[in-house]
Amino acid sequence: MTAFDIADAQRTAQALVSLRGVGKTFPSGLVALADYDLDVREGETLTLLGPSGCGKSTVLRLIAGLARPTAGSIDWRTPRIENNIGFVFQDATLLPWASVFDNVFLPLRLGGFSRESASPRVNEALAHVGLLEFSRALPRELSGGMRMRCAIARALVTRPALIMMDEPFAALDEVTRFKLNDDLLALKRRLGATIVFVTHSVFEAAYLSTRIVVMSRRAGRIIDDIRIDPELARDDDYRTSNSFADICRRGSLALRVAIEEATP
Amino acid sequence: MIPKRQAIPWRDIGVPLSVFLATLALWEGLVRWKNIPTYILPAPSVILATLIQDRELLFSSLLVTLGVTFEAFVIATVCGVALALLIAQSKWLERALLPFAIALQVTPIIAIAPLLLVYLQPGNAVLVCAFLVAFFPILSNTSLGLASVDFGLRDLFDLYHASPWQRLIYLRLPSALPQFLTGLRIGGGLALVGAIVAELAAGASGQGTGLAYRIVEAGFRLDIPRMFAALALISLSGLAIYGALAALSHVLLRGWHESARAQDA
Repeated sequence: MTAFDIADAQRTAQALVSLRGVGKTFPSGLVALADYDLDVREGETLTLLGPSGCGKSTVLRLIAGLARPTAGSIDWRTPRIENNIGFVFQDATLLPWASVFDNVFLPLRLGGFSRESASPRVNEALAHVGLLEFSRALPRELSGGMRMRCAIARALVTRPALIMMDEPFAALDEVTRFKLNDDLLALKRRLGATIVFVTHSVFEAAYLSTRIVVMSRRAGRIIDDIRIDPELARDDDYRTSNSFADICRRGSLALRVAIEEATP
Repeated sequence: MIPKRQAIPWRDIGVPLSVFLATLALWEGLVRWKNIPTYILPAPSVILATLIQDRELLFSSLLVTLGVTFEAFVIATVCGVALALLIAQSKWLERALLPFAIALQVTPIIAIAPLLLVYLQPGNAVLVCAFLVAFFPILSNTSLGLASVDFGLRDLFDLYHASPWQRLIYLRLPSALPQFLTGLRIGGGLALVGAIVAELAAGASGQGTGLAYRIVEAGFRLDIPRMFAALALISLSGLAIYGALAALSHVLLRGWHESARAQDA
């Protein structure tokens, strides 16, 4: 596929959610986002890349309904999608007193499911992330990577059409991070959910994404919108390929512009 | 996988017990060496003998004091948690109620006890005194716990549109458990202190049958060994209350909370 074909194909996919002229100003007067437009299209893995404080996480929180925009609108294709979003936070954010099973069961429990009726779905989500045999363990008994898998299983258990991931692997070592990147891609292939991913890492963005939006610190201005062929095989060969290097180079250049814009 | 329950390490029991026994031996030796009369400082062996000799009197008084302490502690726990939950629901309620709770806490109970003895039957006055001192730590710690929920977990419950009731049951109450248990540990000891203080006030006016009353009574008779024996029973009771609540805390928090894990380390 040519770059033109990719962009064309992705543009024709329906937007699950559209942000139009969205702004977020905190009560302190800090402008996190201003006049921000973004379409999240079905099936894509959209990565928001940018320097600290550029508003990446704010975009995620606004889409997830964890914060309200102070300007603009957020339009959903259907309310069903809006009401069933998976979210993986930067920290695993697990209930420390609850077992792995109960942590993954939590969204269904809050949705009114009984333990018995939810059990097959919880076990399915745990199996997806390879934690089935650890279902009775407490979070403190897990490694950092396993805790994050548990958080991913919790985000998957409601079978959401849209999963938000806010720098989920930032605190992990490189080996675990690579492994979880591959696991996430496998999950994506299996489940087909749309993913909005936030990271600081150009390499992670280039490896995981079908689209990278590079944001400036100037209230979230979009510096570049990089489309990546979704058909590209994501494996070790891809990490050393020319196309990967090209995407990283373009992402790095855009990131440099973003950082320079951020510097007074 | 899940760590096995560890035996209580030697240092946790052995070290304080050794220091305690050494202090008793030193005390016994000093009294015998200097021939200190029992009406000034009785030896530990004399105190032990008095404990055995006056056991019926002292232990029946101990039961009275412990009964009041337990009753006050249970009421303080129920009221402290209930008020903390009310305060957690509304800032207005917090503003309205917390100053009264603080005013009660900062007013010395020894100053309140005589007044309570004027208005209430001695037994009830002792109960109210013990309740008042135990109540505040339970209230303040539980309130702190209910307000100290992790922001990420709050977001998680927002994301899944949890109802206020679900937030309370699945998030706020478990989050508050460590602080609530700290409040219980402090409140348990203070309930005993409150009961003793009120009994002392009641004893001074010639009323009451608790352990503190036995101290006052023995003081009037210059029966110093019995005073020490009663004091030893109070101290042991306080230690037992603290130990029981610390054990409860350890059982409930073991496996997930830093405080219990630090003890395991």
